[in-house]
This record gives sequence, structure tokens and C-alpha cells, in this order.
Amino acid sequence: MTQHASPPRDDTGKVPSAGQPPVWRGLFAHADVRTLSLLGVLAALILVGGITKPDEFLDTRNLQLVLTQASVIGVVTVGMTFVIMSGGIDLSVGAIVALASVWATTVATQEYGFGGILLTAVLVGLGCGLVNGLLIAYGGMVPFIATLAMLASARGLALQITDGKTQIVTVDSVLDLGLRDAYVLGIPPLVMVFAVVTVIGWLVLNRTTFGRRTVAVGGNAEAARLAGIDVRRQRLYLYLLSGLCCGIAAFLLIILSGSGQNTNGNLYELDAIAAAIIGGTLLSGGRGTITGSVLGVLIFTTITNIFALNNLQSDVQQIAKGAIIVAAVLVQRRTASTT
Amino acid sequence: MTQLPTRRGLLFGAAAVSAGAVLAGCTSNDSDDEPAANDQPAADDKPGKAVTIGFAGPQADHGWLNAINDNAKNRAKKYSDVTLEITEGSNDTAAQIGQIETLINKKVDVLVILPADGKALTQVGLKAMRAGIPVINLDRIFNSPQAYRCWIGGDNYGMGLNAGNYIGEKLKGKSDARVIELAGLDNLELTQQRTKGFDDALKNYPNVKKVARQAAEFTVESGQAKMAQLLQAQSNFDALWNHDDDQGVGALRAIEQAGRDDFLMVGGAGALSAFQAIKKDDGVLKATVLYPPTMAASAIDLARALGQSKGVGGLAEFEIPASITLYSAVVDKTNVDQYMSTGFK
Repeated sequence: MTQHASPPRDDTGKVPSAGQPPVWRGLFAHADVRTLSLLGVLAALILVGGITKPDEFLDTRNLQLVLTQASVIGVVTVGMTFVIMSGGIDLSVGAIVALASVWATTVATQEYGFGGILLTAVLVGLGCGLVNGLLIAYGGMVPFIATLAMLASARGLALQITDGKTQIVTVDSVLDLGLRDAYVLGIPPLVMVFAVVTVIGWLVLNRTTFGRRTVAVGGNAEAARLAGIDVRRQRLYLYLLSGLCCGIAAFLLIILSGSGQNTNGNLYELDAIAAAIIGGTLLSGGRGTITGSVLGVLIFTTITNIFALNNLQSDVQQIAKGAIIVAAVLVQRRTASTT
Repeated sequence: MTQLPTRRGLLFGAAAVSAGAVLAGCTSNDSDDEPAANDQPAADDKPGKAVTIGFAGPQADHGWLNAINDNAKNRAKKYSDVTLEITEGSNDTAAQIGQIETLINKKVDVLVILPADGKALTQVGLKAMRAGIPVINLDRIFNSPQAYRCWIGGDNYGMGLNAGNYIGEKLKGKSDARVIELAGLDNLELTQQRTKGFDDALKNYPNVKKVARQAAEFTVESGQAKMAQLLQAQSNFDALWNHDDDQGVGALRAIEQAGRDDFLMVGGAGALSAFQAIKKDDGVLKATVLYPPTMAASAIDLARALGQSKGVGGLAEFEIPASITLYSAVVDKTNVDQYMSTGFK
């Protein structure tokens, strides 16, 4: 309908959507164009990779590697997408991943083996999400501030728990999940978790009342409230969801790196926000797709992979990454506005 | 704590003469049985004038920096005549300047400063010196020699040099040998120095060529991610030098995940986990090049000597030296036992 038929003018968060909750048909129409343009960017990258390093890039192992490296940040981004769509922001995701990973890898937790580590990671994630949610939904704090405070304190706590030391995981059942023996039909377990989280995220957003409420709150919170949605409870759930995703991501990171360190999840908040924005999520809320965000993550990971395969140094990588973010968003907006 | 181990003074002296090996060996902080082979007469280690040492360092968010703090604290505890005033670590330049100014105002006798950024903290170093408080500049060096009385730190260039020479020797006789480098944080000067040393060493071995270099971020996570990429990019190579043992935990994990064992790896810094892997000798990690955190303990020794107007035992001079560069010894299976106690977690 109206506000989706015309292209959005401002992705910087200044202009929230108009008064009405969005209409699904319009949203999908937009999502399709955006998704296609993102797929185009990804295809172009794959072409670059295939041309520059055909043997190394177009290799099953490399595909497994790219998807594995996308998994941890991918799971975080799914949660972040929900939060941004509701008009909020979660700056604490990286710090929560750090805290959950170090808490789950303390000697005490490792004594309980696989279950102990998994449960601790998820519970810490949920706990942080609960605090964020309560502060924002019921404490009336601005999401930016509340999650900034969480960022600081969760990192601090993570540093306190580890005392700056790297906590090495000794539980074999956890470590083995990162090895090639654990692949099922060539798919690494981490990638499976990422896929499951993505599918569930997509279903929840597009096929449930919860998803519709999220979009409604992000589009116009006051209208949503008048429509009978418990906006505060919805917000609480959304930050809980983000925290849960961080807990899962922390567990994946533990499998991947075989350790817990207080520097884990460094700058995840920016990567996840960037991926969501590239994926077409409106920073002011009300619009976005899980598919877009996941494609955003894959684009980032593929770029990094191509850079590393071509042995580009990190300064070049950073410059090119910035340029590609701008290019991707410009291409996307151009495509969106011509439809 | 009055009865002090009598050998410390001589170790202290030996350290000053630069034997990195001895230095590294002498700071098994919780026992007196230093493994260092040293039987020279003890220098002045008797309790003297009470000295208050102010210690300001960066945030210990990394294994090596944490070990720096531990080394300083434990060494200070061993002296009955030393009081250590330690500030909360910070990577924020303004905050660290504030902390050092507080220590100046408290009129500590000597300052030991490991700046988060040496250049940015030069002014406050000068300020302390002008206030009559001698400064021991630890590791990251100030811009001006006027800002410190004595500098003690590691040898980043030498680290790369020794790693390169070790690898070169191991690959001697192998034609067209391929080497890759997993560097640390590229925006730190020390990373550039390590790489320079490494490249210079490889020039001694015309049969060895560096085919790839990627920078990680000194973290386990980045080490895993970058190494996984490097392994995919380079289907065959003979040796890997990784700048830092902390990120090496991640690098080793990536190597394990890729199922590769067709090369030898040399680490850097001297983490306990690296020492243990070298001793076990069942993986690719064959050696690590030291960047000893024990320099913090030596800095306390120097600060104490400075506060008590003493020289360094074993040296002819009346004063402590103006600068001391530690040696980046290569630790491999043959000597790992000697260094085990200095490994940091």
C-alpha cells in the first residue's frame, strides 16, 4: 500500500513509515526486488572469486568455510533484524556473545560437559536479553542507551571472569562438532544451526502473530498500541530473542574457536547492523526481511573470503569493504526505486 | 617477608646484561628454584630504603598484558621494602594520563609506565620526570628520551628475525620452500617491526619464499578465522609464522579443523598452551619466539634499584642502564622445559 509503493527516501532512521501498519503484499513486492538485487551482488562476487582464484574459490571446502564463518555472525544478525524491525537497536550483541562464551567455558561449567556449556551460553544470552528488554520496555530507556550500558557491563564482566586469559575448551564432544568428521552430507553442524535459526526466524517473522506485531511496533508503535498490541511485552520478547540468538552464537563460536575469550564477538554489533541494513532493513523499523539480512551476512563473508584468497592486506580489505557496502546499498535503492 | 632469596640480585644483574634466556627463566614467580643456570655472586638484594613504585599499564584484555600485570605484582610482593601503587588499566589515552597524574600527585618515588600508546603518553612521562619522579618506560616506547630514565622492553624486530632464521634453518636444502605469515594487529607499529624482521631473515635463505601474509587481531577468534582462510588459499606450504600465541590458539584450531599437518609452525610471545603443545610435539607447532612478559618483573627490579640509588648487580656501573632490550629466544622442544614456568595463560 501507500508507504511501500513509493521508495523509502531515508534509510538513516529519520523518517518512520506513515501511520498505518504495513500491508503484506506491498512488503513482499519490495522484498523480492531487494532480494534479487542482493543475489545479484552475491553472484557478482562469486564471479570475481571464481575468476581470480578458480581452484581455491570454487571448491567444496571453500563453500563449507564461507558458510561456517557466516554462521556465528549470521545467527546474531537474525536476532538483530527482529530488533531493528521493531524500531529498536541492540548494541550489546558482541558483548553478550563474549560474556556467554567466557561464562560457558569456565572450568566449573566445563565440568558439566556438552550440556553444561550449551545451557550456560544460552542462559547467559537470555539473561542479558531479559535485562535489556526490561530496561527498554518497562524502564522506558532508549534502546541505544540501554544496550550501550549492557555492552559496557557485559564486556567488563567477561573480562573479570577470564581475568584476560584465554579459556581453552577441553570437552571433546563440543570440540568434535567443529571437525570435518561431524559434517553430515558435507554440511558442517554450525551451518546447520545457522540454517535452522534462519528458517525459524523467517517463519516467525512472516507466518506468526509475533512477526506481524514486530512489524507493527516498528512501523508505528502508537498505532500498534491502539490496535491492541501490548507493545511493551512485545519489546521485551524481542530483546530476549536477540539475547537468545547471542547465546546460540556464543556456543557456535566456542565450537569454532575451541575457547572462550573476553575479546570474542568484537564489533559484532556493527557487522550485524551493517548486514541487516544491506539486507534492506529500515533502521527506523517497520521494514526488513530475514532473507535480506542473511544475504547481507553472506555478502560480507564472501568478500572477506575473496580478499584472503587473493592475499590482500587488511588496510585494502577495509577500504574495499566500505566501498562495497556503499555500492550494495546504492544498487539496491536504484533497483527498488525503478520498480 | 624478610628472608629474601639471595639469588635474585644476581639474576637481576644477568637480566640487565641482556640474557633473555636468564630473564625468562628467573621469574617463576612463586618459587625460589629459578631454573636459570647462574651461580655468580649475589648483588645487593638486601632490604633497603622503602620505595613506593607507581605502576600504570593498559587494560589487561589479552593474555600477554595480563601476564605483565601479574609479573609486576608478584615481583613487588617479594620485596619487603617495595610498595606498589597500581592503577586500573586503560586503553584510553586520556584516562591513562589522568591515572599517571594521580600517581605523580601522590608523590610516588618511581613510576613504571607501560603506555597503551607510547607516543601519546610522552608528555605525561616528561611531566613526571620534571616533577622529579624517574620513569621506567616499559615496552611501548615514549617519543622522547627525556620522558624516561630507563626503557625496558621486548625486541619485535628480533622476534621476526629469530622466527625467520629458525624457519630458514629448518627448511634448508628444500628447494622452493613456501612460507606464510599470520601477523597480528596491522595498525600497531610492533606488527610492522615483526614482519620486517621476518622478511629480513628470510633474505638469508634464497630457497625460501613468503607466499602469503594475513593480519589477525591478536584474538583467538580472529586467529581461527584468518588461519582458516589462509589454509584454503594455500594448498601447500612448508612453514607458518604466527605473531602471537593467543591468536595461535585459534590458528591451531583452524589447522585442526582443516585436517592439515603438512607444515611446521612457529608461534610468538610464549603462552603456556604453546609451550605445552611444543613439549607434546604431536602437532604442527614446533617452536615459539619469546616476547617475555617477565620484563614487567625486571621493570620493578629496576624501579627499586632506582629508588634506592643502586646500580645493577653484576655490572660495573653505579647507575642502572638507560635502556634494556630483551632477547627473543626461540623455544623449541630442546629447551621448552626451561621456559615452562614463564608461560602465561
